[in-house]
Amino acid sequence: MSEEKKKVLIVCSKGTLDMAYPPFMIATTAAAMGWDVHLYFTFWGMDIVTKGKSDKLKLASVGNPSLPMPNILGMLPGMTAMATKMIKGKMKKSNMPSIPEMIKTAKDLGVKFHACTPTMQLTGLTKEDLIPEVDDLIGAATFVDLSKEATVTLFV
Amino acid sequence: MSETKPDATLDVRGLFCPIPIVKLSEAIKNYPTGTVLEVLATDPGTLTDIPAWAKTSGNQVLKTEREGTVIKFHVKKVK
Repeated sequence: MSEEKKKVLIVCSKGTLDMAYPPFMIATTAAAMGWDVHLYFTFWGMDIVTKGKSDKLKLASVGNPSLPMPNILGMLPGMTAMATKMIKGKMKKSNMPSIPEMIKTAKDLGVKFHACTPTMQLTGLTKEDLIPEVDDLIGAATFVDLSKEATVTLFV
Repeated sequence: MSETKPDATLDVRGLFCPIPIVKLSEAIKNYPTGTVLEVLATDPGTLTDIPAWAKTSGNQVLKTEREGTVIKFHVKKVK
């Protein structure tokens, strides 16, 4: 193919288990299809690339009407852990990779990981608090610059 | 009708999106151009995903076949 390389940029702004998957599914697939892929982690999305949180993302039991139980029960102690355990069990059964496995696959395929500096300032995180897969720390201007020649830009 | 015999097989049965595509793209790197790879899958998403991957990556799906729950593809490495 002589056409220039396609590029996808995905903003990962959520830190719950369910919202961490879609960016990685698209990222790994696009990279496997030969695209240039950039993930930009910001706000709660930073949890995906923060040491000690990256492998412990949870499913929200509050304000999640998709769970098979009355919504009000979501606020009870232990419900978040229970909902998370339930979904992780289901994922394992259907051979779905875990988030750490998805991170490794994405990295192996050449996906670039960018962390958002304003979020780090806000939460007091430093580069050492992040998993080593993070390539660099960038601000909005760099993001805009990266996105100017992106074929697709997604906000998750 | 000429039947191309596959040179190798990739078994991704029981695996779901995005793993079949990731494994296929990794596997095909190990073979020379012109290789025909047989892919066995069970994820119905692969019916459109594998042709879409081929189109974007510049490879070719020679054949798609269903045998019960198993979907069989012949993918030719073009580049």
